[in-house]
Amino acid sequence: MPTDPATPPLIRARGLTKLFGSFMAVDAIDFDVAKGEAFGFLGPNGAGKTSTMRMIGCTSPVSAGELSVLGMEPASHGPLIRSQIGVVPQHDTLDTELTVADNLHIYARYFGLSRAEGRRRATELLDFVQLTDRAADQVEPLSGGMKRRLTIARALINEPALLLLDEPTTGLDPQARHLVWDRLYRLKQQGVTLVLTTHYMDEAEQLCDRLVVMDKARIVAEGSPRELIDRYSTREVTELRFAPGIQETLDGRLDGIAERVEWLPDRVLLYANDGEAAAVEAHDRGLRPETVLVRRSTLEDVFLRLTGRSLIE
Amino acid sequence: MMAAPSAGGRPGSALSLDRVWHVYEHQFLLYRRTWRGSIINSFFSPVLFLLAMGVGLGSFVDRSGGDALGGVSYLAFLAPGLLASTVMQTASFESTFPIMAGFVWIKRYHAMHATPIEPTEIALGQLAWSATRITLVGSIFVLVMGLFGAVASPLVLLAIPVATLTGLAFAGPITAYAATQKTMTSFNYIFRFGITPLFLFSGTFFPVEQLPLFLQPVAWLTPLYHGVALSRSLALGTAGAEPVVALVHLGVLLLFIGGGLVATLVVFNRRMGR
Repeated sequence: MPTDPATPPLIRARGLTKLFGSFMAVDAIDFDVAKGEAFGFLGPNGAGKTSTMRMIGCTSPVSAGELSVLGMEPASHGPLIRSQIGVVPQHDTLDTELTVADNLHIYARYFGLSRAEGRRRATELLDFVQLTDRAADQVEPLSGGMKRRLTIARALINEPALLLLDEPTTGLDPQARHLVWDRLYRLKQQGVTLVLTTHYMDEAEQLCDRLVVMDKARIVAEGSPRELIDRYSTREVTELRFAPGIQETLDGRLDGIAERVEWLPDRVLLYANDGEAAAVEAHDRGLRPETVLVRRSTLEDVFLRLTGRSLIE
Repeated sequence: MMAAPSAGGRPGSALSLDRVWHVYEHQFLLYRRTWRGSIINSFFSPVLFLLAMGVGLGSFVDRSGGDALGGVSYLAFLAPGLLASTVMQTASFESTFPIMAGFVWIKRYHAMHATPIEPTEIALGQLAWSATRITLVGSIFVLVMGLFGAVASPLVLLAIPVATLTGLAFAGPITAYAATQKTMTSFNYIFRFGITPLFLFSGTFFPVEQLPLFLQPVAWLTPLYHGVALSRSLALGTAGAEPVVALVHLGVLLLFIGGGLVATLVVFNRRMGR
């Protein structure tokens, strides 16, 4: 069990539902987030991740079902809950007409902190996100990664027990992503509970102790990254890539070669516990792919299996 | 570093004046960047208008006999009307672009709402800031009127709060309208077909009695007409002679303010509570 019955979960949702008119954005989902945990919502665009996050963040009312955050109900205790959480929204909401430091100063005031305390925390947080030398600069010319880090610093100004991150690294280059991950990992070490959404598998594997996969407003799987891979994929995957036109002529020749065979437009995936053996078997059947790659299963294999391969726009 | 959660703001959902103040503080922080230009503009704009229209054009008007103006100089007639028209324009500007910035361009309001601040408090803080800007512009205008000698009564000091009310009679409804918009396209229509005609035909430059008969009731329905009339009666010192008329003007302004305030609160809560 992910949660210890002695300590109540930090977030508890039962039948949590969000309706926009007749559109079902979140369809009666259940989940618990324990204190100190890094919990992820993984899913394609439009799966309901952001709607769920906004309900947890008490900026979007619950349509039906139960939700408790830090032991309180959003409908009756919105401001009090929000005073104890930090939010990193999907799209930056930094004030581009203020300096980097003033963005933190005014945010501190929103939480009722004194100006002196706001300045003290701003200095500390700018150091934490490595933006100290940009403190007096305007926000606009900052790179995407810097803006993201500033948003994270801003979300920490009230020393939150719970940090909500909606796609924290979408649109960032690899260096910037790793820096953000590093800072989030440190927060986790300090005991901050992290709840994040992502559609990056590597992000989920790096950061999340436990995650749920959402698709079409519902939760379709739950577990640690390792558990999900064990449950929904095989240990290894063999990727066969054929010369153009060949793949279409292979009808039936791969039957039974692996636990599961997946046909992609440009290659064939053989899901097997022994990927090497599957590759040998294919060779023995007279198949001559241009390239053969044997790799371990990743969360991406789980994700694609659970949410399908059709492009969702 | 991340020790116990701090209880920022005040617990519960009750309206918190502290949080309204924090929203106001944000606007103040933004104003610090542009206050010099803004003050200079608020000073020279009335100077230029009163020179050109009041003194320049006024010399012609006064020569042809000022009976329709109630026996006062055109400058003295124009200045309080222009005061009301000017704060209307300030109010309209403050109630359109900053609101769009809050919801769409910069998303300030969404950033605020992620903290203990409630939509009602955001709306009140924004309107309080508009009131400040209006009062500032109105005060500088009255100062300029004094410099031009365009005042006949110490009651003109009351024209400052009246200017604030006149501005708010526009700020309330326009803020509510702006908060329903996703783009700024329609703002041009407000200025072109709303603010400009009001500026020209609500008694600022000539008495509304000069308008065609069927248009006069239209003027009475606009807040600017009442702002102009009230501010003029204070600057000329005639308000005391007709207290009931003055109270009617005041009542109409308060009606627009109340309606605009309620509409603004409803729209802000609806837009941020989805």
